[in-house]
Amino acid sequence: MAKFTDKNSYTIIFSIIMVLVVGSLLAGVAQGLRSKIDLNERYEKMQNILYAMGVNGNEGDGDINFVPTDKVEEIFAMYIKKQLVIQGENVSEDPEAYLIDIKKEETKAKEEGYQRRLPLFIGEKDGKTMYIIPMRGKGLWDAIWGFLALDESLVVQGVFFDHKGETPGLGAEIKQRYFMDDFEGEAILDNDVFKGISVAKGNNDPINTKKTDNAVDALAGATITGDGVTAMIKKDVRMYLPYLRTLNK
Amino acid sequence: MGLLSKKDSRLILDPLADNNPITIQVLGICSALAITAQLKASIVMAISVIAVLGVGNVVISLMRNVIPSKIRIIVQLVVVAALVIIVDQVLKAFAYELSKELSVFIGLIITNCIIMGRFEAFALANGPWRSFLDGIGNAAGYGLILVIVGFFRELLGSGTLLGFQVLGDPIEKTGVYAIGYENNGFMLLSPMALIIVGLIIWVQRARNKALIEE
Repeated sequence: MAKFTDKNSYTIIFSIIMVLVVGSLLAGVAQGLRSKIDLNERYEKMQNILYAMGVNGNEGDGDINFVPTDKVEEIFAMYIKKQLVIQGENVSEDPEAYLIDIKKEETKAKEEGYQRRLPLFIGEKDGKTMYIIPMRGKGLWDAIWGFLALDESLVVQGVFFDHKGETPGLGAEIKQRYFMDDFEGEAILDNDVFKGISVAKGNNDPINTKKTDNAVDALAGATITGDGVTAMIKKDVRMYLPYLRTLNK
Repeated sequence: MGLLSKKDSRLILDPLADNNPITIQVLGICSALAITAQLKASIVMAISVIAVLGVGNVVISLMRNVIPSKIRIIVQLVVVAALVIIVDQVLKAFAYELSKELSVFIGLIITNCIIMGRFEAFALANGPWRSFLDGIGNAAGYGLILVIVGFFRELLGSGTLLGFQVLGDPIEKTGVYAIGYENNGFMLLSPMALIIVGLIIWVQRARNKALIEE
């Protein structure tokens, strides 16, 4: 006699039940944890913005420590003086500008007649004002994003990069100190012309002593991720130029 | 192993050496090559696979008498995918920083052939307790190779271990770099993982001739 598990009807019923059980289980887990995950992501964004402007828990070489999660809201409010939303010519203040999803804005900007909202964070540390720009681009496998902090003369004060799925040991190194620290002091302009900052191979400057070349040393084995960083800085910082140029006047 | 009978303890110990999933059965090679550029990633992947395979084997073993044989592979896939998604979500909610660290590795567990292999070859035919031991053992055998490969790739490729510069500073030229040593960038690329796995297989078979195939 054939086993009951061989019957077609049983197979169909089993799969229906399995899909229902597993589906509701996963939906339940996702729903139940949603608010906690959202809060974590929001704190992380604050920590990243603060990191770019040099507010972090770094102690030794190579450390990447954010401000503690339980105090991040307080510290964020202390250092970030203003959050702006730039929409074409209009510049307005919005205390929740950091929640703007720049991925969604980028998609919406393709529709006709939509003026993209650009969030900009103005922070102050040790009496110095910094303008922090969020960026988002493509790496080799998936999205890369980051924050770039500039001063009034458009010299980089700090950066933070992160990625969704770059190769560990290669592209994923963009979020290491030795890569991010190289950006400090680089200018995004060259004689008033916008150049961005290139992640360059063979610029004969591995220790990054030349600060006027608009370039930092690339990562070996991560050409496409590095090119992605270059393109991301070019694409996203350019949109802020009209506003940034008003700072010096 | 006083707690376990001799037969049960073999379930855990065999896959660590003489029946290792990577070096003997040649399963799970893909992830072993992909993620072993750093020791830390290897360790984390090993722990995650132990958790998923341990639990997954028990679930499949409990359902073994009711799974329709025609769609058993799909059922196994659903079980491992569901487990991996739950692990991912729980980590994101309660250990956010760790989950950032793991990023793609958690998702990669689904594609690990060792997991499907053990479901199919063991859990479908054995009770939950024995399946649990078998899952832990095989995942640990896999993890052991990952850690060995990760150790050599990070040490020789980046001169670091778990992120610490154990060989000195390559830019300041201290430690072994002072006498002209250079990091081998090849070690960071996946093909070198294959060569290290090959060396492990060679060493293992040279020491135990019974493992050499005809």
